[in-house]
Amino acid sequence: MNTNNMLLIDPHVHMTSRTTDDYERMRKAGIVAIIEPAFWLGQPRTEAGSFKDYFSSLVGWERFRASQFGIKHYCTIGLNSKEANNEALAEQVMELLPLFLYKEGVVGVGEIGYDDQTKAEDKYFRAQLELSKEVNLPVQIHTPHRDKKAGTIKSMEVCLEHGIAPDMVVVDHNNEETVKDVLDRGFWAAFTIYPNSKMGNERMVEVVKKYGSERIIVNSSADWGISDPLSVPKTASLMLERGIDPEDVRKVCYQNALDSFGKSGQMHESDWLTPANVDQREKFSDNSVLRGGQTPVVGDINTSGELDSNIVR
Amino acid sequence: MIQANIPSTQTFLKEIIVRSTTPQGMEWLQQKTELLSSENAKDKDLFLSFSAAPRFVGKSPLQLTDQDLQKAEELREGFNPSAWSAAQAARTLLLLSLPHQDAKAFQRRVETLFSTADMGELVALYGSLPLLPHPELFTERAAEGVRTNMGDVYEAVALDNPYPADYMTEEAWNQLVLKTLFVGKPLYRIYGIEKRSNPELARMLSDYAHERWAAGRPVSPELWRPIGPFIDETILEDIKKLFAHPDEVQQEAAALACAQSNFVPAKELLDQHPLLKNRLESGELSWRLIGNKTLALQ
Repeated sequence: MNTNNMLLIDPHVHMTSRTTDDYERMRKAGIVAIIEPAFWLGQPRTEAGSFKDYFSSLVGWERFRASQFGIKHYCTIGLNSKEANNEALAEQVMELLPLFLYKEGVVGVGEIGYDDQTKAEDKYFRAQLELSKEVNLPVQIHTPHRDKKAGTIKSMEVCLEHGIAPDMVVVDHNNEETVKDVLDRGFWAAFTIYPNSKMGNERMVEVVKKYGSERIIVNSSADWGISDPLSVPKTASLMLERGIDPEDVRKVCYQNALDSFGKSGQMHESDWLTPANVDQREKFSDNSVLRGGQTPVVGDINTSGELDSNIVR
Repeated sequence: MIQANIPSTQTFLKEIIVRSTTPQGMEWLQQKTELLSSENAKDKDLFLSFSAAPRFVGKSPLQLTDQDLQKAEELREGFNPSAWSAAQAARTLLLLSLPHQDAKAFQRRVETLFSTADMGELVALYGSLPLLPHPELFTERAAEGVRTNMGDVYEAVALDNPYPADYMTEEAWNQLVLKTLFVGKPLYRIYGIEKRSNPELARMLSDYAHERWAAGRPVSPELWRPIGPFIDETILEDIKKLFAHPDEVQQEAAALACAQSNFVPAKELLDQHPLLKNRLESGELSWRLIGNKTLALQ
């Protein structure tokens, strides 16, 4: 049960909702970089200021927190589809986006797209596609849980209508029913390994066996729900165990995420290949991740790649 | 009020940035400074260029000579860009390009940048405070900076930055000194550490030392530096404890603290340690030495 110390990227994980234990386990399992898309917080926000502070925390505090565990943190910034339905608020959030899209480590506009596939969702999805063109950033698309296949196809058609190149778009939360349409159109196809509601990783193994590793990306989308921030390492381990070529595993659990979001110019392998140099002494005893009595980690974090069980269902 | 000359500072920043960026980076910067200095520049022009600076100018460390550092000191006492990157200097230059006749409008724009800043931007913003026009408008902001929990951001406001010593209230200053110790950063890099020491701070530091001793935790010998001039009967007991400490560096700190005091019993206490007193008088002991030793031990 091992990832053979492979370097891994989780290109969709909501760390704001996770604990330091998660960061520690993720780094030990081989994750070197993560992308945190801006999304909703489980209940709708009622003020634009809440969005401003949330976006600020994605480029500030959360990134700092990740750095203390030797993980490079990137994010995508956008107005999610659920909250696009509050139009008065959505207008104000659209005004905020230009303040954040050029921040360091912002690797895309996301996660945006459709949820209920309403008119308001369509309006702000299109407005943000135009914005992504203006700033030349990749787009990270959330596809709906309900009426998924139609919603996925519509998302791609709208991108093409706005003149966005398919290789600048990562279509997320795919399954066996949507993958072919996405790959055939030349878009990146991301799969979320999320217990119960989305993909399990045994199914994921079969998808890679059938479709190969070109433009396929694995992520966890771990958030405040019952989810698993080790989905990527567990899936990598399961793929190796079930005979998928290590080079293909590397592509779907690392390289494709880097190649797609790297188009932002804000994400480079050298960001994490230079020695980790995690020095928690540098950091703070006051309200920091370290509290009194804990021994700071200095130097490289030991990566074992070992997991108790590698199945996510 | 201490105000650096803005055109001279701009010239200086350009001179040092050009050595750490590309010709294209410099051209981009020149274009943006011209845009931002025009009265019809929009807020969006500032926000986008301020964020985008590292993409065009790069993040190489500045290559500074002793002469440059001396020039910086002449421009603004305490201004020390030795840890700055090209992007940080470029962002500072962008801020200095903004029209500032209307103080409130200038403050509003800078505050908007603060409230949406990423880590690198926060470092640049706090580092720029001693150079900005209307520096007196940012005292609350600087006090807020001291409350950060991000290491680099804290260093930008608290260390090698003359703004706090020149503008902060005593309350905020005392918090800054105490927090610097609390987070294990060196006191000797706080500009004005001796100039701003005060009896209330001495009391707070002594209390903090007692709290650490009670918990069986080490006390930084640098803690005694702002205390020296305010040694009284109560604090003298602390100093006696330091002289009896098995670590040499603690004894050295005790000697240095006594040397700063006019309190007769403190002078007499120092006389009881002729070896340390000799080293003091020969100039061998300094707070800088204590600071370096403390860092090396961490």
